[in-house]
Amino acid sequence: MDAILLQILNGLDKGSAYALIALGLTLIFGTLGVVNFAHGALFMIGAFCAVTVQRLFSLSFETIDETQTDFLGNALKVKTPYVEAWFGPQMGGAIIDWAVPLAILFAIPIMVFVGYAMERGLIKHFYKRPHADQILVTFGLAIVLQEVIKYFYGANPIQTPAPESLSGIVNLGAIIGMDIVYPVWRVVYFLFSLLVIGGIFSFLQFTTFGMVVRAGMADRETVGLLGINIDKRFTVMFGIAAAVAGLAGVMYTPINSPNYHMGMDFLVLSFVVVVVGGMGSLPGAVLAGFLLGILESFASMNEIKSIIPGIDQIIIYVVAIIILLTRPRGLMGRKGVMED
Amino acid sequence: MSNSNFTRRGMLKTSAVAGAGVALPTIFTASSVAAYTNEPTGSSVTLGFNVPQTGPYADEGADELRAYQLAVEHLNGEGDGGMMNTFSSKELQGNGILGKKVEFVTGDTQTKSDAARASAKSMIEKDGAVMITGGSSSGVAIAVQGLCQEAGVIFMAGLTHSNDTTGKDKKANGFRHFFNGYMSAAALAPVLKNLYGTDRNAYHLTADYTWGWTQEESIAAATEAMGWNTVNKVRTPLASTDFSSYIAPVLNSGADVLVLNHYGGNMVNSLTNAVQFGLREKVVNGKNFEIVVPLYSRLMAKGAGANVKGIHGSTNWHWSLQDDASKAFVKSFGTKYGFPPSQAAHTVYCQTLLYADAATRAGTFNPCGIGEALEGFEFDGLGNGKTLYRAGDHQCFKDVLVVRGKENPTSEFDLLEVVEVTPAAQVTYPIDHPMFAGGALGTCNAG
Repeated sequence: MDAILLQILNGLDKGSAYALIALGLTLIFGTLGVVNFAHGALFMIGAFCAVTVQRLFSLSFETIDETQTDFLGNALKVKTPYVEAWFGPQMGGAIIDWAVPLAILFAIPIMVFVGYAMERGLIKHFYKRPHADQILVTFGLAIVLQEVIKYFYGANPIQTPAPESLSGIVNLGAIIGMDIVYPVWRVVYFLFSLLVIGGIFSFLQFTTFGMVVRAGMADRETVGLLGINIDKRFTVMFGIAAAVAGLAGVMYTPINSPNYHMGMDFLVLSFVVVVVGGMGSLPGAVLAGFLLGILESFASMNEIKSIIPGIDQIIIYVVAIIILLTRPRGLMGRKGVMED
Repeated sequence: MSNSNFTRRGMLKTSAVAGAGVALPTIFTASSVAAYTNEPTGSSVTLGFNVPQTGPYADEGADELRAYQLAVEHLNGEGDGGMMNTFSSKELQGNGILGKKVEFVTGDTQTKSDAARASAKSMIEKDGAVMITGGSSSGVAIAVQGLCQEAGVIFMAGLTHSNDTTGKDKKANGFRHFFNGYMSAAALAPVLKNLYGTDRNAYHLTADYTWGWTQEESIAAATEAMGWNTVNKVRTPLASTDFSSYIAPVLNSGADVLVLNHYGGNMVNSLTNAVQFGLREKVVNGKNFEIVVPLYSRLMAKGAGANVKGIHGSTNWHWSLQDDASKAFVKSFGTKYGFPPSQAAHTVYCQTLLYADAATRAGTFNPCGIGEALEGFEFDGLGNGKTLYRAGDHQCFKDVLVVRGKENPTSEFDLLEVVEVTPAAQVTYPIDHPMFAGGALGTCNAG
């Protein structure tokens, strides 16, 4: 029983990342009709915003310590971070320790700008082109972006730890008398994803801007005929979708050390999530994200793998095939939406 | 009337034969025009460095490439000479190999066997490489070793730790300086016994390819022999990045030791996940839960950060060794690049020097001559103490280091400390050991 609950938690955790990326993908597809294969790269850029902030906070000056030697036998150059010199060792240390959460503040404007630049600079030229062209250009863009990151940050994963106080484990089963220990940061990630998803839905549901965007998603032409500049709003939504992917990436860094390829690892799965959820359906993307995350975790259980070896690698695709055969529009896709 | 012998049919026949001749890869025609594949005829000789520049082992590949470039500099008489000054064989004079300037070409294996074979093939056929070296994955090394055997060039294996490289997949044209899974197990087992006792339950997470399988087999056999019980062996895909679903079942498995048969980016992620799930603070069966990483490297330790503290493993070489050879190599590499070399860099540097030395002693670039010079070759002064290139399987036998993640590192490079230097005799196995059974060395192929 403990093992099952643990895998559900794991699934929710994985599903959080799938849901956040799929949410952004759906927003872009639903508003602009673009199949954005560079969305995984946005997740990766978000993660590297956290790496950058951590490095900025850790920028150091060197002093020579004659009493110690380095690996070549020369006097040791001791590095002291500027923030520790400016704010004292305790405060400076705390700032470095909290680099990942603080990176959210840095990542939001950066990601909105990256999204905006991507849409205005490249993707808008492909609105009237076939989906195949959009896939090719965005996939190419994703490769360029990951090579740029690789050039500056190297190919190996970069350790980006969570704050000390959020690095431990918590016994989530204590309330019900069970022993279900789980990493605190993964719980934080799940709650954070719920917050972001809730925020996006509230924004679309309860603001005028959101209402116009929803109307535009349902019938772009009519909204345009009412004199509303829907294209401008959709560009803003592209920026917001990029920020959502970026935030997912920032908060994911303590779970798995980021590397230049991490976006591609999530991209294909996130597309499957979007298709299973129903193209253009925001609640569908979220539901499918969590559902497929949980299924993937269950399939990784030794008991399941001993019956069907390798099932953990294909379960998501098997379920996707079954769902598309039985519900061709996906779990929450509606008739007539995105079918013109 | 013309008396010319040219006819349309004759012309077509001649063109077809000539075209076929031109189209034939040099790999198949070399033997007819030269004594062996890619026999150097000019003033230079080309070596092919085939390393992962992308994929999960890319950082190891980058460090290998740095060491190759350093070795080429030293062979050509540039720089401070590095370990050429400490090498027991004094044949290398800094004038290239056999008087020919050493040049090199590089390829990206992408940590994929097919890509590695394609780049090695290209280096042999198009660039005329007379020797191929590299590989930071055993799957890749074995694939390229097979290709080199067919093509008739020497393969000097880089970072490959699978028993199979010099076991069932050994080849007459292939030579390995790096140690293997069996040697890691033989070196680690006594240390683990002293540290954690004989009553332990081990859970293996293993990268699902040749290296992972043979390391898992070796470690499980060695630990079971000293009384440990193996609770489970779970295979994880090489492409995995999130190991949480594999770590979670460990918590309730009754295991009190987790053996991570992972390397590179895989190890960084699996160890990070294991620490996140609180395994290191866990007490099972009245004992502290322990994690073991049988194959360690400083580059991995850097990636995993503080998570490596106190965790034991084995390594082929470490920059903190204080013998003259290691110090000379660290000085040479550190001065050029600003940081100490990894074990991957060390082994490929050694392999390049060993190839050059063998060619010089043999007086030829013919792979069969070089093979003969390497077989049974005993040497010293390359950082691992006295070493033997065993003739029967082309495996080097030398001391193995047991290392531990340092609790209080003094610098960003000071991540591992050497716990024990296991003598070569303790890690040497008979050539017909069951873990290395199957396959035959065969005969050398000169192309």
